[in-house]
Amino acid sequence: MQTTEKTIADELREWEQRTLLPFTERRPESREVFRTQGGAALERVYTPAHVEDVDFTRDIGFPGQFPYTRGPYPTMYRAQPWTMRQIAGFGTADDTNERFRFLIAQGQTGISTDFDMPTLMGYDSDDERSEGEVGREGVAIDSVDDMLDLYAGIDLEKISVSMTINPSAWILLAMYLVTAEERGFDRKKLSGTIQNDIIKEYIAQKEWVYPPRPAMRLVRDSITYSAEHLPRYNPVNVSGYHAREAGSTAIQEVAFTLAAGIAYVEEVVKAGIDVDDFAPRLSFFFVSQIDFLEEVAKFRAARRVWGRVMKDRFGAKKPESMRLRFHCQTAGVSCTAREPLNNIARTAIEALAAVCGGAQSLHTNGYDEALSIPSEPAMKIALRTQQILADEVGVIGTIDPLGGSYAIERLTTDIEKGCFDYFAEVDKRGGTIKCIEDNFFQMELADAAYDLHRRKEAGERHIVTVTKYRDESANPHVELHHVDEAASGRQLARLRKTKETRDAAAVQAALDEIVRVAKTDENIMPATIAAVKARATGGEIIKALRPVFGTYVETPVF
Amino acid sequence: MPIKVLVAKPGLDGHDRGAKIVARALRDAGMEVVYTGLHQTPEMIVNAAIQEDVDVVGVSILSGAHMTIFPKIMTMLSEREVDDIAVVGGGVIQEDDIPKLKAIGVREIFNAEASTQDLIDGIERIVAETGRDRTRRASTGSAQGAPAR
Amino acid sequence: MIGHRVHRDLARAISAVENGITDYRGALAQFAAFGGPVRGDRRADVIGITGPPGAGKSTLVDRLIEGFRADDATVAVIAVDPSSPFTHGAVLGDRVRMQRHAGDPGVFIRSMASRSAGGGLAPATRDAVRLADEAGFDIVIVETVGVGQVELEIVAVADVIVVVTVPALGDGVQAIKAGLTEIADIFVVNMADRPGANASAVDLKHMVREGKRDIPVLQTIAQDGTGVSELLEVLNAKRNGDDTNAVRAVRFEVVRRARDEAVRRALATLDTHDAAAVLDRLRDHELTRNDAIDALALMLGGPAHAH
Repeated sequence: MQTTEKTIADELREWEQRTLLPFTERRPESREVFRTQGGAALERVYTPAHVEDVDFTRDIGFPGQFPYTRGPYPTMYRAQPWTMRQIAGFGTADDTNERFRFLIAQGQTGISTDFDMPTLMGYDSDDERSEGEVGREGVAIDSVDDMLDLYAGIDLEKISVSMTINPSAWILLAMYLVTAEERGFDRKKLSGTIQNDIIKEYIAQKEWVYPPRPAMRLVRDSITYSAEHLPRYNPVNVSGYHAREAGSTAIQEVAFTLAAGIAYVEEVVKAGIDVDDFAPRLSFFFVSQIDFLEEVAKFRAARRVWGRVMKDRFGAKKPESMRLRFHCQTAGVSCTAREPLNNIARTAIEALAAVCGGAQSLHTNGYDEALSIPSEPAMKIALRTQQILADEVGVIGTIDPLGGSYAIERLTTDIEKGCFDYFAEVDKRGGTIKCIEDNFFQMELADAAYDLHRRKEAGERHIVTVTKYRDESANPHVELHHVDEAASGRQLARLRKTKETRDAAAVQAALDEIVRVAKTDENIMPATIAAVKARATGGEIIKALRPVFGTYVETPVF
Repeated sequence: MPIKVLVAKPGLDGHDRGAKIVARALRDAGMEVVYTGLHQTPEMIVNAAIQEDVDVVGVSILSGAHMTIFPKIMTMLSEREVDDIAVVGGGVIQEDDIPKLKAIGVREIFNAEASTQDLIDGIERIVAETGRDRTRRASTGSAQGAPAR
Repeated sequence: MIGHRVHRDLARAISAVENGITDYRGALAQFAAFGGPVRGDRRADVIGITGPPGAGKSTLVDRLIEGFRADDATVAVIAVDPSSPFTHGAVLGDRVRMQRHAGDPGVFIRSMASRSAGGGLAPATRDAVRLADEAGFDIVIVETVGVGQVELEIVAVADVIVVVTVPALGDGVQAIKAGLTEIADIFVVNMADRPGANASAVDLKHMVREGKRDIPVLQTIAQDGTGVSELLEVLNAKRNGDDTNAVRAVRFEVVRRARDEAVRRALATLDTHDAAAVLDRLRDHELTRNDAIDALALMLGGPAHAH
């Protein structure tokens, strides 16, 4: 039977003919296609006809309820705003401790630690490979003595502490536990997060020591140990930030991150732990890029996809296992070295996207991000930006404020679909680890990065003051973080002191024990904790295990 | 003959996005690009430059260690009598350091704002300027160090 | 002891030949590293490593370097990567996997772009191998492009040819069936910890039994070095054995030169007035394609082949 009722799609076509066409004939649009940063073409206008496949109850629903599109909790920021967690780290433990105390005094509610490259890569400060990099991009931590000073005067039962560290994460976790123990804190009350996401290292960030399979075992051991001993601690922070910063699309950021999440869950389940015993402690980390709409949709899609993966793929029963919680950082690559104060505006918009997308914690970049590690004034403005969002803007009053927007719902559903397409491809290729070994993610990422770069150079995406509105007069001067060239010397002295005062035989025995355990399938955490307590350094532990685990060499793809 | 470039990534950090995009763009401009991989020491870079006999070494540094790494590379190139290989840099290098790097012989610094075309043009210009003839050292130097059979 | 100067001179001599600045003999005379008069006899053992992409050839080469160095033999590696047919540019990434030898003066690693030559090698690879030999390296390893086709050029260059494949490559064995049995002296199934490794090895052994020559089939895991000592043993035995492959190499080289010469003559013939006249008639539809081919083939002095 022929219906005479016009559908919205009919109305849209009519509008295009009657209103749009005559208009564009007089005054054409500035571009034929408008794309998101991730490369998806945007419709001119979105209507209910564009979201016919989206079902409110099934796909959107309510906050704190499956599929968690609108948020992991039913009250969200109405209970309390997100955790404002500015990362900090430079020089020696004492230097960084001072910055932490400054940030806490300014109202920061969590702390987050950036380590220097040698610590991240498992080299001690006195290693030849560390020269020029000790305490430069983060804080140098060689032994537990350093960590004791790093968090001195901070109540570890009250303040949640995040540590951005990966291939050597299990050692730093051990140091954190020994620190807590020696200062008399209860392990069960420790809250915080360690990044410990080795998969994205092979995909994007490229900080690695061992090959993927032994590295996965170390992650597994730290997750299972935490499941048993650290009820409030997040032992892995599955991260998409780095892939996106390296040039991935928004879909790839979510898809690769959740594919990594799937691999960790499989690994731990294989070790005989029930999924609901550890999945609630998995946490995630995404970037908030400058493309506001796409980013809000991305955060919503990530929650929905993870909810479905946990429920359908792993048969999780607890709601806590299905709700994705994430930390967010504004995009370092979106910041420019030219006219750096403009970065304050970029960062504010990115932070707003994170908040509209329902982030649990947030780091806002300093305006000097493209130039150096942040100065104190830059960090203060970045923190104030978050405080303005929480206390002045008014977006905390209603949950998922952009939910129901035709555009946002369409983009959310498209990103979700893109993720499941990737999962199918990854499964077909033999799983996440196999895909890393075969360079699948790396090649997808390299292609996307090159494409983004070409689109930028072709003028499709502009960067104000760099590719447009360029002002050739001198760059306004901003005071940068001053690299303390003496810090490395001070750190070497600290390390010498630790090495001189410890019991060398006990250290050797502890290292031998780690090597023994590494060759078995026992959990490596207890032996590592014992070694750290005996004042073995991170570099020593990493080195002792190289003969057992091997060293990773990448096959670069372009 | 194609220009041959070594794209080198020293330091412990893994920020290879720029280096790889550069490698790909130079290839698309018809150059032969040798990529070293991550985490290279200055000695590894110089050895690769010699063995590959490149016209230009492009060093990408984002770790802040450029004032440690560039001087080592320049000294080693000169010690091994291959200082006709041009060295350029890129990455995050603070304005104040650029004159210091040029003073020790680094030919050009391409910061994050440089387009790939700037880079291609820059490298072509440098190679034309040096007019480097790879056979230049043909008859200089003694046979010292030649292998004993 | 091979010093830095040798590295530098060898590298520059290879460039000179690669870029047509001089020929092989000219390069020998020019560079101090080669220490005087040209020597006719080749003394280095040349090992060819070929096989499909993703088979782990570079990682295996890295392990072989390690093994030969443990015996104090010096090693030069010539690793060929494809040039883009469109831009003629290339990204050469093979040395990444061999970087732990970067500081060792007994190891010289050179990447070469194929410069659009077919057959798995670059036009100057053969000369580069001879130069590395003259520079005093005990062993020269040549890694072919590895783009998937059978790469026969290696026959003219190498004394021993190792064909590497992996179990996961479904068509790996197929590629070998398509012609690599002709050139392989050793088969290696790499990544032998992956499913299907034994089956692949059995397939290969079966195929070898059908052929005339006795070709060992080995399994390795280049990533952790498993099986590499067995490969080294076989390689060392071949190095010390008879130079039977010299015949094969010479035959190949003679055929190749004859083919090159025939192509050169054909192109020259096509440039003549007579040929142009034939092609004009083809253009004006006075001749069919087959007639034109027959007429041109007659000018070359060969039989007509068009059907």
